[in-house]
Amino acid sequence: MEKNQQQQKICYVNTGPGQKPGVSKFFKKDFLFKFILFFSGFLVFLLVLSIFVSLILNSVPSLKEFGLKFFVSKTWDPVFEQFGALPFITGTLLTSFLAILITIPFSLAISIYLAEFTKQGFYPGFLKNSIDLLAGVPSVVYGFFGIFVIVPIIRYLQIKLHIEPYGVGIFTASIILSIMIIPFSSSLGREIIEMVPAEIKEAAYSLGSTRFEVIKYVILPYARSGITAGILLALGRAIGETMAVTMVIGNSNMMPKSIFSPSNTMASVIANEFTEAVTSIHLSSLIEIGVVLFLVTTMISITGKIIIKKFAVHQ
Amino acid sequence: MKKIFKVMLGVVMMLLMVNVSKADDKELIGAGATFPYPLYSKMFDVYYKEHGIKVNYSAIGSGGGIRQLKEKTVDFGGTDAFLSDQQIKEMGADIVHIPVCMGAVVLAYNMPGIKTLYLTPDIVADMFLGKIKKWNDPKIQKINPKEKLPDTNIVTVHRSDGSGTTFIFTDYLSKISNEWQSKVGKGTSVNWPIGLGGKGNSGVAGLIKNVPYSIGYVELIYALSNKIPFATLQNKSGVFIEPALTTTSKAGDVKLPDDMRVSITDTDAKEGYSISGFTWIIVYKEQNYGKNRSYERAKTLVNLLWWMVHQGQKYAEKLHYAPLSKQALMKAENLIKSITYNGKKIMN
Repeated sequence: MEKNQQQQKICYVNTGPGQKPGVSKFFKKDFLFKFILFFSGFLVFLLVLSIFVSLILNSVPSLKEFGLKFFVSKTWDPVFEQFGALPFITGTLLTSFLAILITIPFSLAISIYLAEFTKQGFYPGFLKNSIDLLAGVPSVVYGFFGIFVIVPIIRYLQIKLHIEPYGVGIFTASIILSIMIIPFSSSLGREIIEMVPAEIKEAAYSLGSTRFEVIKYVILPYARSGITAGILLALGRAIGETMAVTMVIGNSNMMPKSIFSPSNTMASVIANEFTEAVTSIHLSSLIEIGVVLFLVTTMISITGKIIIKKFAVHQ
Repeated sequence: MKKIFKVMLGVVMMLLMVNVSKADDKELIGAGATFPYPLYSKMFDVYYKEHGIKVNYSAIGSGGGIRQLKEKTVDFGGTDAFLSDQQIKEMGADIVHIPVCMGAVVLAYNMPGIKTLYLTPDIVADMFLGKIKKWNDPKIQKINPKEKLPDTNIVTVHRSDGSGTTFIFTDYLSKISNEWQSKVGKGTSVNWPIGLGGKGNSGVAGLIKNVPYSIGYVELIYALSNKIPFATLQNKSGVFIEPALTTTSKAGDVKLPDDMRVSITDTDAKEGYSISGFTWIIVYKEQNYGKNRSYERAKTLVNLLWWMVHQGQKYAEKLHYAPLSKQALMKAENLIKSITYNGKKIMN
């Protein structure tokens, strides 16, 4: 009986004569499509949630043992099992923010130039492609570039400045990072600047503004939120970068004394010590650093959203 | 849609097949230390050609090898640092350490114009503690009368990644310096009082090459194959020993404990190089563990181990590893013989 009914139903949906078969079929497909879309979206949410939960669960021993001291203690000692992440948090924040400071003038100039000054021709095309290429270069290659090119230059600088000439350190890492993140901040900035309506630019020109004045008083305020979003995206990338930073930062687990000191970042200490972490407290402390990294990235993303909303020009 | 389904079916089938082949007794799985990896892969390659047994070894680091063995996902683990009593307890059952070869750690340096450098244990400890700061410190100059050492700061370089090499080196420092033992201790990663960190042997070597007047530790193999100058070190008997494969092997010519969980750094051997150590393969002593672990599989494993410490040894020197000393080989044989299945010895 039941089977019969089911068959009938299928008949009805697919080929039932005179029952508007096309509509039902379409409706069913549409529903399925919607469900698949919803499910894939939900899967991403589930993934993020499970990453976070598994990180928390695995860091329980360290959370219990050190509590809040984990964030303020300066010692990271796997032998005597004392773990504090302050040097790494400092190292991460210093390198990424310094990298952002270095990169802003360049990426802003690139986006203004590409969006406003030359849209066609050989040079802008070449520039655009080079920037896209920068985004595709593997980070270990940046690391090599850092070791062979940037480090000797920085060492030369340090000798001139009478600082201990290590060559590696926070400043070197920041320079490498700032090059790595140019594509992220500049391409979003360019797209936003291109989207500034021609009418308001033309209005400004008609009032007798110079090109510089148009950029300063019309384009930049209008594109502010997009440019900020690009920079924050770049910051997120800089915070999580591991390989290139490890190769040039000097990997010293002490509090940095100046921007030339060797230091270490959260991502690179995890990459360095995870494979050989034998004791469970060492392992869970490394995972807790992962939690901190996760939270810092989330916070930056949320701040980004707030800034975009606040600075956006309302039409 | 049908096509996609077919492809997916194919993928599932392939996954299933991979799973089936894992249970095959013609294939053993190991994971662990990176240091002996080139030697192991050579040995396993030859062994496959000679005996038709495939051995998959993934060099994921000693810590990873120990974890994988604990989770019983591998047949054996490789480690550069032996397990402490506490660690063995955590493994759930008794563990056998079988030494496979020996390695040495050398102090590589970068001083333009200086060709040979002699060091004593005290100097090494003080340099890495940050107590000797200049190269022309009277202590160093005194034992290097032929060279004019520069008036520059010493930059020490260490491994930033957890590593068996670090374990051997810090184990040595803990033995020769009380201050090091109480302040820093030994381990695969330690809290270095000073200095720069490089990732892997290549990272440390890269820093040494790039930073003038630096000194750091790398594996002997690495220094030899990359032609980096390294220091001649005074050993416990007061003899200055140049690190080499022969002097490394000789470091193992001492009284060794039966379970081979021994560190031979700061060796008593008169002609031995001080910073030497074994690298081990670890297996469960009782092989009938986990689900469906057959006698054949255990037997295959034991045969492989036996081959590695005997016929396999001849591949060591070509790849710059020091082969086992006679003493060590005897102990290794006894240890392999002690492996059991259901309480019965597999090999007689």
